[in-house]
Amino acid sequence: MESALISGLQGLVIGVTNLGLGHVIMILIASGLLYLGIQKGYEPLLLVPIGFGAILVNIPLADMMENEGFLRFFYDAGVRTEVFPLLIFVGIGAMTDFQPLLENPKIILLGAAGQFGIFLTLLLALALGFDKLDAVAVAIIGACDGPTAIYVSAKFAPHMLGAVSVAAYSYMSLVPLIQPPIMRALTTEKERMIVMGLVKQPVSKTTKILFPIVVTIFASLLAPKGAPLIGTVMLGNLMKESGVVERLKSASENEIANIVTLLLGLCIGATMEADKFLRGQTLLVLGLGFIAICLDTAVGVLFGKLMCLATGGKINPLIGAAGISAFPMSARVVQAEGQKYNKKSYLLMHAMSANAGGQIGSVIAAAVMLSVLQGMGIVGG
Amino acid sequence: MDTWTFGWTLALIGMGGTMLVLWILSLLILLLKKIFPHRPGQSAAKKG
Repeated sequence: MESALISGLQGLVIGVTNLGLGHVIMILIASGLLYLGIQKGYEPLLLVPIGFGAILVNIPLADMMENEGFLRFFYDAGVRTEVFPLLIFVGIGAMTDFQPLLENPKIILLGAAGQFGIFLTLLLALALGFDKLDAVAVAIIGACDGPTAIYVSAKFAPHMLGAVSVAAYSYMSLVPLIQPPIMRALTTEKERMIVMGLVKQPVSKTTKILFPIVVTIFASLLAPKGAPLIGTVMLGNLMKESGVVERLKSASENEIANIVTLLLGLCIGATMEADKFLRGQTLLVLGLGFIAICLDTAVGVLFGKLMCLATGGKINPLIGAAGISAFPMSARVVQAEGQKYNKKSYLLMHAMSANAGGQIGSVIAAAVMLSVLQGMGIVGG
Repeated sequence: MDTWTFGWTLALIGMGGTMLVLWILSLLILLLKKIFPHRPGQSAAKKG
């Protein structure tokens, strides 16, 4: 009887006795993520489940990510299969209005320039000793697009999924702090004061409906490995623009997106186990992610300057900073920055065009990357 | 394939490919707008 009591009591304290320093540090980091999400409002939809998932997975002996663990089930079903980020993409497509881009299509080029940080960061990661696919996973933070980063890192470097996702979402929410100093450093006051004329080119409904179909076929043919990414975004957009499947569109942008966001966040948090996360490499990932977003902004602004030159000063280079995928936050940053230097300057609609271009650009960049990797024989067909 | 050949190949084709695809997309958008131009009152007429 006595030994049974002792054994029973041991069962109650076994979690505490197995608690290591790594677990405590990870629980503190997870609490920090919860603080940022709840108190500071930084990407709460993701940081709250990520933070909580990270707490759960760092409870000793809870075995959340073991074979029978409840988080392992969702991870295997949704992250390893890449289904979760793709479902999120359907919702994003259903929520995104590409009208500003369709009105002013040449601005889409800024959305390409805004992805160059991905590829420049890839070189930096390789220089720092990351192996090839790990470097790809780090670089994709530069897409400034959470689901794209999750999709690529889950595919090529699942052991880095936690760090890559946290970096992607944290820096996206810090865009209003990261971008303005770079925008100011790379432009002259004269350039920042440029007033861009109104672009009023209404778009027919037929064009809006055909756009997602044409993009899917054309871009998927050029970069077939990216067809799931491109196809899901464009499916969502087709449902929105066609106007005939309101229920499906509504479910995609609400119920499905909400459920998947919750499970995806928990699963990302579940990859943040102390022994996998508390490494020097994680700090490098966070640092390189920051550099990637800075480079995106810098190249976007420089490309904006080039377009300014090519158009005889009709384009304000600041809108180049909106060529990233953080929609519509980046466009708002550009508008606010432009207004600081010229109260008559209304850059919002132009920046929204660049921002919508950035959304497509990030998906296309990832698709191109996947297809080139396949072409080089680095990943299987 | 050595690391730097891999890195520079992916970086150059990646940047060039992304720019090329988006440039062609912009041309396709212009083509769509030309074939299916917006007609004022189009949506109002359909609703009416």
